[in-house]
Amino acid sequence: MAKKLDKVDAVTVGVGWTGGIIAAELAKEGLNVVGLERGGDRSTEDFQMIHDEYRYAVRYGLMQDTSKETITFRNKPDERALPMRRLGSFLPGEGVGGAGDHWNGHTWRFLPYDLEIKSQTDKKYGKDKLGEDYTIQDWGITYDELEPYFYKFEQTAGISGEENPMGAPRKHDYPTGPMKSSPILYRFKKATKNMKLHPFQLPSANLSEQYENPDGETINACQYCGFCERFGCEYGAKSSPNITVIPTAKKTGNFELRADSNVVEVLHEGGRATGVRYVDVKTGEEFVQPADVVILTSYVLNNTRLLLQSKLGKPYDPKTKEGVIGKNYCYQITAGATGFFEDEKFNSFMGAGSLGATVDDYNGDNFDHKDLDFIHGGSLSITQTGQRPIENNPVPKDTPKWGKDFKEKSLHYFNRSLSVGAQGASMPHRNNYLSLDENYKDAYGNPLLKLTYDFTDQDRNLHKYLSEQAADILKEMGADKVEAKEISEHYDIVPYQSTHNTGGVIMGDDPETSAVNNYSQMWDVDNLFVIGASAFAHNGGYNPTGTVGALAYRAAEGIIKFMDEDKQLVKANKDRQLV
Amino acid sequence: MANEEKDSKISRRKFVKNSGYVAGGVVGGGLLGSLLGVNFKGSEQTSTAPVKEAKFNQALMYFTRQADFKTLGAATERIFPEDDNGPGALALGVPYFIDHQLAGSYGRNDQEYMQGPFHDGTAFQGLQSPLKRHEIFMQGIRALEKESQSDFNDSFTSLEGEQQDKILQKFEDDKVKLKGVKASEFFDLLRSATLAGAYSDPLYGGNEDMAGWKMKEYPGSQMSYINEIEEEDFVEMKPSALHEHL
Repeated sequence: MAKKLDKVDAVTVGVGWTGGIIAAELAKEGLNVVGLERGGDRSTEDFQMIHDEYRYAVRYGLMQDTSKETITFRNKPDERALPMRRLGSFLPGEGVGGAGDHWNGHTWRFLPYDLEIKSQTDKKYGKDKLGEDYTIQDWGITYDELEPYFYKFEQTAGISGEENPMGAPRKHDYPTGPMKSSPILYRFKKATKNMKLHPFQLPSANLSEQYENPDGETINACQYCGFCERFGCEYGAKSSPNITVIPTAKKTGNFELRADSNVVEVLHEGGRATGVRYVDVKTGEEFVQPADVVILTSYVLNNTRLLLQSKLGKPYDPKTKEGVIGKNYCYQITAGATGFFEDEKFNSFMGAGSLGATVDDYNGDNFDHKDLDFIHGGSLSITQTGQRPIENNPVPKDTPKWGKDFKEKSLHYFNRSLSVGAQGASMPHRNNYLSLDENYKDAYGNPLLKLTYDFTDQDRNLHKYLSEQAADILKEMGADKVEAKEISEHYDIVPYQSTHNTGGVIMGDDPETSAVNNYSQMWDVDNLFVIGASAFAHNGGYNPTGTVGALAYRAAEGIIKFMDEDKQLVKANKDRQLV
Repeated sequence: MANEEKDSKISRRKFVKNSGYVAGGVVGGGLLGSLLGVNFKGSEQTSTAPVKEAKFNQALMYFTRQADFKTLGAATERIFPEDDNGPGALALGVPYFIDHQLAGSYGRNDQEYMQGPFHDGTAFQGLQSPLKRHEIFMQGIRALEKESQSDFNDSFTSLEGEQQDKILQKFEDDKVKLKGVKASEFFDLLRSATLAGAYSDPLYGGNEDMAGWKMKEYPGSQMSYINEIEEEDFVEMKPSALHEHL
């Protein structure tokens, strides 16, 4: 029997960026908040031995323990789904701070086009541009409405950046100036300028200078040590929940963080959430935490799974396209190209997760798609994140995978190759979705989440186009040999691609086609908020965290409002968007 | 920048002389020494290099038969051979790295979902073997020896390099049948573990004396590059390992 605890105002499921933001904002308002985190507690102190590629990048030291929880996967609805037995394609985090500890820190604002993608695409290119199997839809909020929340997240995280001539319009400068540039970045900027494109420094959560955020938390200056993605920062120089919103929440005295607490069910009665049931993973003991408001702030996958498991919301059915939970799962189309240089060596081993330069000329609807067989696009960047030796063995395609020739060439090109990569947008398709698996269970006896996903024609066409643009840039940069990436025959769960999974609990302005409103409040359950990239109706041409942060600040405002009004905060608009 | 390439290349002779990698094994006449003998045949430096201190962590945690460990060593050396750039897998200590990994969470799949039922998947669903990594390695290594006996009538460790490559190629191309796992899946594990052993921090038992990093002109675990990040030219640095952060 689960032990019932005293009721609190709010409980968050997961304590990463979104859970931390909610905890800080609610606790500052005097509400008492409990944060439940399935993983252990950690802080900067835990990162003093972090410069270890094998432990953290290869053996995934900060990532989800798949012996306890994973997903099952198949490409098509008629295939048998099998467990993702080890991590590969994407790397969900675990522990206090979540993926906010091991991210690189690229912090973008989705484009105005993203938020109104359906209406703008229809208007400009006609209703049949993609066909009816692509379930694109507007997000139920405009960029102008979301702008202040983007800025709020950027202030919290102290984002370092400069004006992006092709990006979403900003009302304020970035809180801190851009990071240092490097010869690699200069070369990209020069080449893209020659090509009449519009380069700028990538907006970064690795800060260019020491910074105190509006909550009084200090973030240090980045040291360009080259251990960022998949690592925590030993300097406290990469903005993370652990050095910003979590201490802010704790200082109020209104926030209690419970690590090692794995939520297995959202409890509800008569259309209202009453609390959550969780397992203390150290003892196996079960607890019920009652709360006035329940806020799901775990990763995309678990936000969706918890709703399905708890029988909340109508599960999506790909045959009828009805239902919403699990709908519009999207990913990131990681196009790009690599250039090999015979006579030059670069300091590729130095860097920072967000040390990079970008062009947005091929992102969103910044270029005309009339004669193209896809919509949207992606940001194209060169990044200098600190190339490490186990996982980086760049060789031309005709090189054997092992032996003398492989060794010779992989040593030769380690510091003589550069890559330009795209964060290609990912459009939803009726057959790409999340549901519960019928056969496989997690360590607590609950069904695993099942991912059904494959690349679409839209993805293939976009990938090809962006990879060609990346290759052109590398040629202009003077590479002796350039190889454009090719998309795999089907989406493959094994090689790392991106931890930018999105969708499953999407936002919109119509309860028939979306799960949450633009405050991330569930249409079906007024006191349940589901926050994160799970709310993205599609994935844009950028890393998602900036937009996730904006949605979380908007949701925090909504929750505070809900505490007073106790009702659905948004009026459904059925006229604007019937699919 | 072009000139630095020449300067940074370590010749094999210079490398062997400076590092004394080979010495401990050969002089001691132990297992590693006899393996190295194959690759360093005719190299006069091996006998004159200074004797190094015993490396007490170069012992076996996982393998029980020396023959299996020798087969593993010979296979890794073909994947990452000693050449003009510097040492191969054997001299880097890669077989010890793999042995030690197989004895721990890597070999036992501690962080992986190992619940059944197990079914063959498509090429896009990832490894679905019910076997743990240590079982895959053991089976694969024994199969290397078996193939060698059947194709060349000799032990894998006694074959010429090109013959060893032919055997390894059969595994990579799935021309050998293993139980519960594909030969190519074993080969992929062997290949990735060899590279990890060559380039991981020396604390794990491979990348001896950071020689893997030196060959790759990778300076290891530096605390900061804030003073170098804007440098126009390639920056050569003395490598540093985690040992220095304690």
